[in-house]
Parts: sequence; structure tokens; C-alpha cells
Amino acid sequence: MARGESDAAREARPGAWRERLASLVFDPRVRGIALQAVLVVAIVAFAYEIVSNVTDNLARQQIASGFGFLERTAGFDISQRLIAYSNTMTYGRAFLVGLTNTLLVAGLGIVLATFIGFAVGIARLSSNAVISSLAAIYIEVLRNIPPLLMLFAIYFAVLKGLPDPRNSVVLPFSSYINVRGLTVPKPLMAPGFDAFAIAVLIGLGLVAALAIWSRRHRLATGRTAPVVPLAVAILLGAPAAAYAVAGMPFTFEAPTLGRFNVTGGLTLLPELVALTTGLTLYTAAFIAENVRSGIEGVPKGQTEAAAALGLSRAQAMRLVIVPQALRIIVPPLTNQYLNLTKNSSLAVAIGYPDLVSVFSGTILNQTNQAIEVILITMAVYLVLSIATSLLMNWFNARMALVER
Amino acid sequence: MGTDMGTTPTGRAHQPPPSPDAGVVAWARKHLFSSPFNTLATFAGLWIAWYLASAIVDWAVLRAVFTGEDGRACSKPGTGACWPFIAHKLDLFIYGRYPESEMWRVDLMFVLTAIGLAGVTIPDLPGRRWQVVYTFLILPVVGYVLLSGGVLGLPLVETERWGGLLVTLVVAIVGIVASFPIAILLALARRSDLPVVRWTAIGFIELVRGVPLITMLFMASVMLPLFLPSGVTVDKLMRALIGVAVFSGAYLAEVIRGGLQAIPRGQYEAADALGLTYWQKMRLIVLPQALTLVIPGIVNSSIALFKDTSLVLIIGLFDLLGIVQQSIASDAKWFSPSTPMTGYVFAGAIFWAFCFGMSRYSQALERRLSKGQRR
Repeated sequence: MARGESDAAREARPGAWRERLASLVFDPRVRGIALQAVLVVAIVAFAYEIVSNVTDNLARQQIASGFGFLERTAGFDISQRLIAYSNTMTYGRAFLVGLTNTLLVAGLGIVLATFIGFAVGIARLSSNAVISSLAAIYIEVLRNIPPLLMLFAIYFAVLKGLPDPRNSVVLPFSSYINVRGLTVPKPLMAPGFDAFAIAVLIGLGLVAALAIWSRRHRLATGRTAPVVPLAVAILLGAPAAAYAVAGMPFTFEAPTLGRFNVTGGLTLLPELVALTTGLTLYTAAFIAENVRSGIEGVPKGQTEAAAALGLSRAQAMRLVIVPQALRIIVPPLTNQYLNLTKNSSLAVAIGYPDLVSVFSGTILNQTNQAIEVILITMAVYLVLSIATSLLMNWFNARMALVER
Repeated sequence: MGTDMGTTPTGRAHQPPPSPDAGVVAWARKHLFSSPFNTLATFAGLWIAWYLASAIVDWAVLRAVFTGEDGRACSKPGTGACWPFIAHKLDLFIYGRYPESEMWRVDLMFVLTAIGLAGVTIPDLPGRRWQVVYTFLILPVVGYVLLSGGVLGLPLVETERWGGLLVTLVVAIVGIVASFPIAILLALARRSDLPVVRWTAIGFIELVRGVPLITMLFMASVMLPLFLPSGVTVDKLMRALIGVAVFSGAYLAEVIRGGLQAIPRGQYEAADALGLTYWQKMRLIVLPQALTLVIPGIVNSSIALFKDTSLVLIIGLFDLLGIVQQSIASDAKWFSPSTPMTGYVFAGAIFWAFCFGMSRYSQALERRLSKGQRR
């Protein structure tokens, strides 16, 4: 294309349309739109192909479709249920039982794994060589073994090898463990429990108010009020006083070892014990690593600056190091919580009635409605994931370094 | 002290300083016995270590059974490990039900794979290009022909007969290799300027990362057959491989995206300024740098994938753990109270050795890379 040509002259030249077409073809914007159009068409065609194949296959195999099956009677029993359920109830109800079982094991696992993980992670950083080596061994052994294998070992080799109820192993706090599960004392509520619960809540509220006041006081005057003993007194005293005043509103029913069986108490299924233990030990190894790298990630200058300001070691830890370490620890920690929740689906391998086991296992086999069942299962985990990551983003935004 | 030094200044210069920080005793005092609490912790730790070590030796050696023909040898109460169980089942654990006369093919494949992996993983070997071609192009074809057979006079061995460590390694290696191109495409798509491309990638990655691998495997095993036109069937192992590769691809895509984000903008702009096309820019400038940066992350995601291969037993494939579990649960000949733990410890040791090896490799690489990055 010659320079200095007027538009009119260019239009008039023979073959100009070809040049314009060429410049269109090489225009990144045009190419982008074309590429996206192709992608959309491809996705739609792919989806159409799948849908038509699925309709075909379902019709040929005479499988029903739609979500009507959730209303039908389930007809099978579930060994552990947190909400009322019997085999005359619907598949939908069975789904809820599975879901609550998943949430139970995930919740237990998250709490326990956090405690063990923080303990091991801090032990890993200990200046005591014996303690830090033990923590290192724990981490390196447990995070390099498939969690499913750990579940199998705990369930089939340890728990299934336990004696029958008659010869139960006696544990502290009058608990018993045998091949049928772990039996622990069961809390029983008595009249007056409401008053007790309210007293506990009021105690918590007072302590929270005290914490806020002490922070304001410190920021305003630069002096730290001795509030810790008071807080401890309120936390322990309020429930104790309420317990006495309300006339022992709850008691523990201790299980007793009879001639053939353990009676009373609260029995946790061996599947639940195995799943919780396995997931906790496995995830704790990862949390320990997160905690270690978080604390190591706080620059040494921060510790030195805190010392230069005259803070004690405990104060430096609580006010300077931990808040900054948490900023590093929390995002991967949330990921570990999510991983634990997703790994709880391994329950299906040892027969713990979680969501996948009840819904994608039993219900899928009974109804054959693979697509609906798998989609619902995936949707549940997706919702849990998205909810957690939203929460994490919110927390991150709050904790983020405010840079000037 | 001061007067001493004055009289013989040179004679003393060669002596080590009378430091409280040197020597074994001083080290122990600082690291083990610095305070009463620390001393207590040291002894508690030593007690735990001694307890664990003696329990392991007791179980694996002192109370273990080393010879026997069936489970009766290990049935005495208080027996430790039942090693003859492993010895008798070793072929099954490694090859599954692969025909005995054809096992050399698996052995040869193990050797060829080891050569390929060594070539790719050892830094600074000459002929990198040929190693990559060998490992990523020649090896898969040779491996498929060698293991399945049916051509070149090799008898056909159906994948139903594959099992044990063979299946574990096939799923892990094929999963890692196949997830790589998926991951690169997804990572590039997620960083694309084109909204449709970007949102497709985001949706896909977040969907896959949000669900457990088991549901992906269930999907591959029960939903995939419904997606295909009638008459078309996909091998069960193949279905598991698809599930694993897609799952791992989504996780790896996020690792690679981290690398892409770490490349300075100037590199992209310089490539544009040189007039490179998008694919030239990515292939020649951006990806080589980005992938090098995230090698440790890639190894970590390979470790996760290796552990995840054990999940294929849930859809009825017999990987190492699956076949050990099957031998424990349904082989009446070897039934004994000590068989299960022996089997799990054996399988666990193999998984552990692979994963620990990979994590050490990743740490060594990380140190090597950070040396190059340090200014």
C-alpha cells in the first residue's frame, strides 16, 4: 500500500478489497471475536452432542430422568443419623442424613486437625532438637502416605482387630473401645439447662466486652490492664455458679461394661472413629507445615523491633509475630480445611454413611439415575467450596496489609 | 586471663576460643537443657522416640513371622508382621494378574520409564531435546504397545489383568503427562484477554477443584458411558485415566498460572515488540521461564496425584492398594489377625518411598533455583 494515497484513490485501486480483507484477518480484535465465536459454537455443539447421546442412552436403557426420585421411599437403613430417619422416609431425607454425616466428620476433623497441626508446627520450630525432630518425622511420614491407605490401616487393621464388646479396652474418663466402636459418657440435659446456657452466654459476652475495653484502654493510655485473671474468673466462674444454682442441669451418663456388652453412654461407630482419626492425622501434617512456614515467614526484624520496644517475649509473640504469621497461614489453612472436607468422601471406602457413600453409592445403585445423583453431589461440594473461599476472601481483605 | 594473654600472645592465638557455644556439651546445653521445661521436654521426647522405635522393631522383627506357607503360620496371638504373606504375593502386588510369561514386558517398561524419568529430572544433561522427545512422544507409544500387546507378535493382555504397582505407576505417570498440556491450555486461557475464553477456563478450573476426586472418578465411570454414542465403549482403566488427568490438570493449571503471573510484564511486551505471534511469544519467551519457576509446584502436584491414584480402587481397579486390600479381605488362605497390618505397612512403605523421594527432589530443585534467583 503506497503512502500518501488518499482514501478515495485506495478505494479505486483494483484489489483493494483484498487488502482490506487481509487487514481484517490480521486484526487482533477481529481474531479475538472470531476465536470466541468458534469456542462458543464448539461448546454448544459439544453440549448438544452429549445431551442427545444421554437422552438416547437413557431411553434405550429405560432409566428415568428428573429429580422426582428424591420424593420416593428410600427403603434402606443408615447406620448413623444425626436427624430423624427411617427406611420408610424419602431419598431426599436420606440425602440430608448423608450430608449431615459429612458435615459432622468434616467439623470434627477440622477442629482436631487444627489443634494437632498447630501443636506439631510449633514443635517443629522448637529450639529443642529432640522435639523438632519428632515433629519433622510426624510431618514427613504422614503427608507422604495416601489418606485412603491410612483409613484402611486404622479401620481394618486396628479397629477391626479390637476385642469384642465383652473384652472391651478400658480408656480414661470411663470410656470403652471395642470392635463395635468407641463408647464415651453421654451428656444428659436436665431441667434448668436453659438457665445454665444463658449464664454461659452472658459470661462469654462479658469477656468479649472486657477484651474490647482492654484494647481501647491500651490504645488510649498505652498501659495494659491486668484483665486476663478476671476473664478466666468469669469464664470459669459463671458456668460453675450457674451449674450450682440451677441444680446440676446436666449430668454425664457413664457407660458400664456388662457381661456381654457396653451399655449406656454414647457410642461412636468405628467408621466415624477411623475416618476422623485418619483425616485428622493426615491434614494435621499439612497444617503443621503451613504453620511453620507462616511463622518463619515473619521477618526476623519484627522480633528484634518488638524486643527493642521493650515487649516481653510473650507479648512480642501475641502482638507482633502471631498476627503477621496468621496473615500468611490463613489462606493455605482454609485450603486444608477444604481438602479435609473433600477427603471425607473417602468414607465410601470404609462404609461410613457420608454424602458420597449414601447418595452416590446406595441411592445411585437403587435408582440408576447417575447424572442427577452425581450432579447433586458435585453441587454440594461446590457450594461448600465456594462458601469457604468467599469467607476466606473476606477474612483476607480484613487482614491484608494496608500499604501506604 | 588478661595477664596470661599479655605474656604469650602468639602461643594462645591458635587455640580455639573458650566459647560457651562450641562443643557437643555446649550444643546439648543450648538445644536440649536450656531450662527445666526444656529438659523435661527433651526427656519426654526421647521417651516417645524410644517407645516408637522399640514398638516398630518389636513388630517388624522380634515378634514377626518370616517363614510359612499360609495364614496359619501367623495366627498365633501376639504375632507381629506376617512377612511370608508379602513374599508369596509379591508378584501379584507388582504385576496384578499379568500373565507370568509376559511379565518381562512390564519389567522392560519399568526400565525404559526409569531411563526417561532420569533424563527429564536430572538437571544439566546434554541432549535435552531428545530426552523430551523420547519421554513424551516415543515412550507412551512404546509403552502402550509393550503393555497391551496385540501387535508385533506380542500376545494381547487386557487391562483387566493389569494390577498392583503397574497400575499405580501407569495411572500416576499417564496422569501427570496427560494433565500437562491440559494444564498449560487452561492456565493460558485463564490469563487470556478474551472474556469467553477466560470465563470458560475459570468455570472449568473452579468446578473441578471444588469437588472431590471420587466424584470425578464416579463421573468418569458411570456418567461417561452415558455421554458416548451407543456402541462406543471406553476401557475402565482409560476412563479412570481421563478422570485423573482432568482433575490433576485443573490443579496444575493453577500452579502454572502462578508462574505466568510471576513473569514481568516487560517480557510479554518485549516479545510483542519483536513482532512474535501469541503462540511464539508463549512458546519461546513466557512458558520456558514460567515453567522453570514453578517446577517445585509441579512436583508437589505430582506427589498429590501419586497419592490420589489409590482412589481408583473405589471404581473397581486394582492398583497397589486395591490389590493389597483385596488379598487381605478375600484371600482365605492368608487370613490371620496380623495379615492386614502387614499388607498396609508394605503398601504404605512403597507409596511413602515414591512420595518422599519426589518431595526431596522438589526441595533440592527449589534450593537450586533460588540460588540462581538470588542477587
